[in-house]
Amino acid sequence: MRPELAKFKGLNIKELPKEDWIAPGHRACQGCGTVLPLKLALKVLGPNTIAVSSTGCMEIITSPFPFTSWKIPWIHVAFENSATVASGIDSAIKALKRKGKIPKREKINIVVFAGDGATFDIGLQFVSGALERGHNFIYICLDNEAYMNTGVQRSGGTPFLAHTTTSPAGKVIHGNITWKKNLDGIIAAHNIPYFATASPAFYMDYMNKVKKASLVEGPAFIHVYSPCPTGWGSKGEDTIKLCKLIVETRIFPLYEVIDGKYYILNRKVDKPKPVEEYLKLQRRFRHLKPEEIEMIQKRVNEDYERIAKMCEVFAPPKD
Amino acid sequence: MGKRVAKEVSIAVADAVAQCKVDVVSAYPITPQTHIVEHLADLVNNGELDAEYIPVESEHAAMSACIGAAATGARTFTSTAAQGLLFMYEMLPIASAFRLPIVMVIANRAISAPISIWNDHGDVMTMRDLGWIQTFAENGQEAVDLVYHAYRVAEKAMLPVAVNLDGFIVTHVVEPVELLDQELVDKYIPPLKMKHKLDPKKPITIGAIGVPEIYTEARKAQDEAFKASYKVVVKAWQEFEKISGRRYQPIETYKMEDAEVALVIMGSLAETAMNTVDALREKGKKVGLIRIRLWRPFPTQDFIKALGKVKAITVFDRALSHGATGGPVGIEVRSALYQSNKRPKVLNLIGALGGRDVTTEDFEELFDRTFSFIKAKPRFAYEIFGAKE
Ligand SMILES: Cc1ncc(C[n+]2csc(CCOP(=O)(O)OP(=O)(O)O)c2C)c(N)n1
Ligand code: SF4
Repeated sequence: MRPELAKFKGLNIKELPKEDWIAPGHRACQGCGTVLPLKLALKVLGPNTIAVSSTGCMEIITSPFPFTSWKIPWIHVAFENSATVASGIDSAIKALKRKGKIPKREKINIVVFAGDGATFDIGLQFVSGALERGHNFIYICLDNEAYMNTGVQRSGGTPFLAHTTTSPAGKVIHGNITWKKNLDGIIAAHNIPYFATASPAFYMDYMNKVKKASLVEGPAFIHVYSPCPTGWGSKGEDTIKLCKLIVETRIFPLYEVIDGKYYILNRKVDKPKPVEEYLKLQRRFRHLKPEEIEMIQKRVNEDYERIAKMCEVFAPPKD
Repeated sequence: MGKRVAKEVSIAVADAVAQCKVDVVSAYPITPQTHIVEHLADLVNNGELDAEYIPVESEHAAMSACIGAAATGARTFTSTAAQGLLFMYEMLPIASAFRLPIVMVIANRAISAPISIWNDHGDVMTMRDLGWIQTFAENGQEAVDLVYHAYRVAEKAMLPVAVNLDGFIVTHVVEPVELLDQELVDKYIPPLKMKHKLDPKKPITIGAIGVPEIYTEARKAQDEAFKASYKVVVKAWQEFEKISGRRYQPIETYKMEDAEVALVIMGSLAETAMNTVDALREKGKKVGLIRIRLWRPFPTQDFIKALGKVKAITVFDRALSHGATGGPVGIEVRSALYQSNKRPKVLNLIGALGGRDVTTEDFEELFDRTFSFIKAKPRFAYEIFGAKE
C-alpha cells in the first residue's frame, strides 16, 4: 500500500478552514449539486492551488468577466483539454522549480474541474494522455450526466433511458439507449496512483478523498456525482437526498482504486433501497415503464456486485 | 562570433531553441517537422537542455500543454505541420488572446486531401487571422535567426510567434549555419518574467467568459497589441543585427532599384527566383524580387515602399483560397495597393503546391508574363500555375 495513504488518518472536521476559496454569489441554479464539489475540494486544498476548468456550467457560472468566483489562480482554456492544460502547468512547475524560479519546497496543487461531457467524451483522449504521462494533478470529474451548459444533451455519462434533448423519451425510442460508459474502469486501467468515486452528501468521505488525491505523487482522479436540478427535472431541495440515494441504491458505489490494483469499498450497502426510489425524484425518468425499471435494477445489482467482488479480491494488504 | 558548421537545418533550429533555454517542449510528430522535436528530446534526455519534454498524444494537446505551461510562466516551444497544425487549430486563437509568448516552428507542408508530405503554404495560411506573429525563413541561417528573434519578440510583445520553414526544402537540407554564442543569446533573450501568470501568491482568473458587453473591447485590445507588435518585431531585428551582424527586415528586396516588373514571394523559393533575376538582369531585363519575411502583422508601408517603380508584379502564392479573389498573399497585396497611390498591375498565380518544383525556367516564364501583363487587361482573379491539363 502507498505509505502516504496508509499514514493518512483522515481529516478532522474541526480543523477544516472556515474560509472558502470559491466565493459565494456565483451564478449556479438553486440546488445545483455540481458546484458543491468545487467548494468542498478547495476547502481541503487551500490557497496554494491552481485550478483548471473545462468549458461547461461550472466555468460559466464562476467567471462572467469582470467578475470571478475564484480566489485562487484559475484558468479555463477550452472544453476538452483541461487535463492537458494541467499537464503543461505541472511541467512548468517542475522545470521552474529545478531552475530555482519557484521555491523547491513549495507545494502547489493542480486541480482540474471538468464535466462528464468534457471527460467521458470529447476529452477522453486528453485525460488518457495526461494520466499515462503521470503528471502530478488531481482531476475531478463533475458528473451531472449530460451536457448541461448547452442545454441538457446526452453524454457518454448519461444513464440508460434518461430523457435528454438529444435522447428524448419519444414514442419509438424511449430516451438514451446506451448504458452509462464505464469511465471508472477506463480510468482505473491507467494504473494511476489514486482513483475514487464520491458523492457530496458523504462530504467527509469526499474531502478525505481529495486530500488523499493531493498526497499522492502523480495523477489522481475523483469521479464525483453532481446532481443538476435543471437538467434532471428534480427539486433543488432534493439534491442532497439524491446524493445519498445514489449510494444507498447501489447505483453509484463509493470506492477507491490504488495504483490500479487495490480496490477499497468505502460504503458497503447491504440493504439497498430500490432504484425506483431514486428514479422517481427526477422528471428525466418519468416515462419509464416497470419493465424498464426492472432492467435498470438488474444492471445496478450486477455492477455493484462486480465492484464489491473486486474490493474483496483485490483488497489492499493489511500491513 | 559563433562558428559556421554544416548542419541539417532542423537540427540547427532545435539547437537554437535549446540555446533559448526553453523550460517546456511539447510536441507531436509529423513529417517534415520530426527532426526538430526528436533532436530536442535528445538534448533533454542527454541532460544538455534543462527542460521538461511532454510527449503529448496529439497536436491539440501539444498546444494545450504549451498554453498551460506558458500561463504558469514557463518558456515554451512546439512545432508542427499540415494536419498537425489543423488539429491544433482550436488552441491557436486562445494562445494569442491569452497573450502567451509561445514559439512554434511550422515546417510548412501541404494539407490533405490528397495526403501529401511535401511543401507548400496551405497549412499556415489557415491560421493567418488568429493573432499569431508570423515570419517566413528563406534558408537555414535565417531559420535559426528567426527562432532567436521569435523569443525576443514573443516575450516583448507578449504574443505567440510562428516561424515558417519550407518543409524538406529548408528543414532537411544540410547547410553551413552559424549559431550565436550562448552569451549573446542570453543577452538577447533574458529570462522570461511574466507580469500575469498562474501564481498562488497573486491569484488571477484567465479565460473568463466574455459577455457581449466586453467581447468587442477584449478583441480590440488584443488587436491593438498585435498591431503594435510590428515595432517590436523591427526593433528586435535591429538589435539582432548589432549582436550578429546579420540584417533582417520585414520586406526583403532584390534588385528592385530600377525594376520594371517584380515577383512577390515568401519562403525558400526566393532563392531560385534570385538566380532567375540574376540571369535575366544579364540579358538586360529590369526585373526584381520582393520577399515577404514578416507576414503578420503585414508590413504594408514597407511593402509599398519596396515596390519602387515597378509597373507590374506577379504575386506567387503557395496556397489556395478556394473561390476567393486571389491566393492569400495576392489578396493581401491587392488590398494594400488599393489604398495606395502606387498601382502596379497585379498578376496572381498559385503554384508550387504539394511539393511541385518551380524551376528557373518557370520563373523566367513568370517574369515574361509579368512584362506582358503591364499592358494587358486583367482577366483572372487568380490562376493555378503549372497544372497539367
Ligand atoms: C469543441 C467544442 N465543442 C462544443 C462546445 C460546446 N459546449 C460547451 S460546454 C458543453 C457541454 C459541457 O458539458 P459537460 O462537460 O458535461 O459540463 P456541464 O456543463 O454539464 O457541467 C458543450 C457541448 C465547445 N465549447 N467546444
Ligand atoms: S444547469 Fe445544472 S449543473 Fe448547470 S448550474 Fe444549473 S443546476 Fe448546476
